[in-house]
Amino acid sequence: MSFWNDPINFLADWLNGVLTGWGLPAGWATVLVYLVGITVLVVFAMVLDIGLVWVERKVVARFQDRLGPNRLGPFGLIQPFADIIKMVIKEDITPAGADKVLYNIAPVLSAASVIMLWAILPLAANIYGVDLNVGLLYVVAMGALGTLAVIMAGWASNNKYALLGAFRMVANMVAYEIPMVIVLLIPTILAGTMSVIGITEAQRDIWFALLSPLGLIIFMISAIAELGRSPFDLNEAESEIVAGFHIEYTGMKFGWFYAGELLHAFTFGGFAAILFFGGYAGFFGLEKLPAFAWLNLPLVQAFFFILKAMLGYWVIMWVKYSMPRIRIDHMLAFNWKFLVPLSLILLAATAILHKILVVLPTWQYALGMFVANIVIITATIEILRSYGRRQRLAEQRLSPQPVEN
Amino acid sequence: MQNEWLYVGLFLIIGIVVPIVPLLIARFISPRKPNPIKQSTYECGIETVGDTWVQFKAQYYIFALVFLVFDVETVFLFPWALSLNLLPLFAVLEGLLFIGILVVGLVYAWRKGMLEWV
Amino acid sequence: MTAEQIFFLLTAAVILIAALMVVTVRKLLHAALWLVLVLFGVAVLYAILQANFLAVVQLVVYIGAIAILFIFADMLTRRDLRDRPGQTRFNWWVAALLGLAIFVGLLSALLSVPNVNRTPAALPTDTDLVAALGTALVSPQGYVLPFEVASVLLLAALIGAVYLAGVNKKS
Repeated sequence: MSFWNDPINFLADWLNGVLTGWGLPAGWATVLVYLVGITVLVVFAMVLDIGLVWVERKVVARFQDRLGPNRLGPFGLIQPFADIIKMVIKEDITPAGADKVLYNIAPVLSAASVIMLWAILPLAANIYGVDLNVGLLYVVAMGALGTLAVIMAGWASNNKYALLGAFRMVANMVAYEIPMVIVLLIPTILAGTMSVIGITEAQRDIWFALLSPLGLIIFMISAIAELGRSPFDLNEAESEIVAGFHIEYTGMKFGWFYAGELLHAFTFGGFAAILFFGGYAGFFGLEKLPAFAWLNLPLVQAFFFILKAMLGYWVIMWVKYSMPRIRIDHMLAFNWKFLVPLSLILLAATAILHKILVVLPTWQYALGMFVANIVIITATIEILRSYGRRQRLAEQRLSPQPVEN
Repeated sequence: MQNEWLYVGLFLIIGIVVPIVPLLIARFISPRKPNPIKQSTYECGIETVGDTWVQFKAQYYIFALVFLVFDVETVFLFPWALSLNLLPLFAVLEGLLFIGILVVGLVYAWRKGMLEWV
Repeated sequence: MTAEQIFFLLTAAVILIAALMVVTVRKLLHAALWLVLVLFGVAVLYAILQANFLAVVQLVVYIGAIAILFIFADMLTRRDLRDRPGQTRFNWWVAALLGLAIFVGLLSALLSVPNVNRTPAALPTDTDLVAALGTALVSPQGYVLPFEVASVLLLAALIGAVYLAGVNKKS
């Protein structure tokens, strides 16, 4: 294998050869090679995170009709580095009465739970950490660790606002985990496997976004709620409980909560790309043509994956800066009374249709699935509309408005 | 030992070490001047009123309980989803029966008002 | 001593120490978090045995739902956030002796099983184990009846919890 076709394995084998040439037993050489690879991947994720800080601030500025950072470096590109230096040299104030051990573990656990997601994120067909055959549940498991970090942070701060914010955040995160897990079942059914690489490979002919647009919508809504970003960010609402569970954190510990949230958002953009937009593959069969054979190169695939992940992240930012915050009881009611039944209906429809239609050729299968999704979306909108109309009529009967002429 | 979880384990170790490194750097180069005012609990800029105790809503617990039941249900559904390609139609119907029984539970909780926030 | 055995011994040590801390620490929340470490250790054991699905399910259900439930229950039932040190019973040594006796009994029962030291059979690598689990769960000659009964059990748990909460709300 040459370098361009399989860069990671090429380098790993070379390094392995060097280490065993120096006399290390094979097991230790593998562990060292793994450690080098993991460090490179994590450093890449951290550098990406720094870039995301800049992207976030510039995009929010444009949405708010202003310029954003533009003093440090060309277009303000040095700004995130200045932010990091500022956070590192700030004084670390631990509130009195705080539970010191938990107070220090919480930001580390929060950042670690996001970094762990990069173990299964495939950047290309052969640039990935490990291909677990339970990849999707692993994503959910890391979300569970993040929830634990939030509760630890809220409790350890010895502050009733922090605890209140932490409770709301955890209630939010666990509630929206249900529609997310149910919607994760849809690519599992369509691809026949839980492994992330398997789902990407199954999309070489057609994107799952076309087979299940409603699944994509529900996934994006649940992901935004899981992240705790607007419009679901009552937990950090500046005007209400002033930064919620991380109110008592200063300096780099707060930095890890903030940077972790941005990296988490980007990683979920990446998962949306993998599950619904074909990840590093998904060229509709174009790469089989000899003129487009370069689409099979790993670095090209990685470029397209990062591009799709950036687009997903951009949609998440777009929603954040365009919509007002939702109240906590509305958030929970929306989840339990609307999203969970809707996603269960979608799951049932997808399962039945997949079984019935899988024998047909691809475009008929795709058409059937797409039409079923559109039917469900239309039916839902109609039900909501008639419900809203009935509510409005009931209110008008109770308090008649003067008719305008 | 070709266990893929070895990689995940090493990733966990690196994932814990990498956030700790800037925290250690910060500990060495940041000023440390604690005084009681700085370390007092934040309450919108005034002194704290009353003990740090609040009677929290029991509703949080109900939501966590409903979440637990549905979490276990969806975890059961993952192997079912993988078996759809290998078995005929009755496998789908069995799974739908499973989902249906739990939807009954959700409707019951809804009608009893357990999903309200008040 | 293979690498697998070393990892198992390390994990078992962590689990045992964490379990001891669960029953001896004074603050209830700390006990809940040591329990999280025990559950995480069990997930690591599943991973060592290459039971991938069970390892992630352990994390998702036990740590992500049950531990959170414990922590909520702890925080919601106390009058203030300060922890009063728990009461220790004065004859805790009786419980410790009983625990030791049970441990010795279990150990001797386990060691009397023939071939308990053999290496486990290698897992089949041609089938996807989780898909095999799935087919076993829904095939009529498999475990479909326990599968459906499990859903009824979950329904019973949900209805029971809702009923109890309704009773408390009215009172």
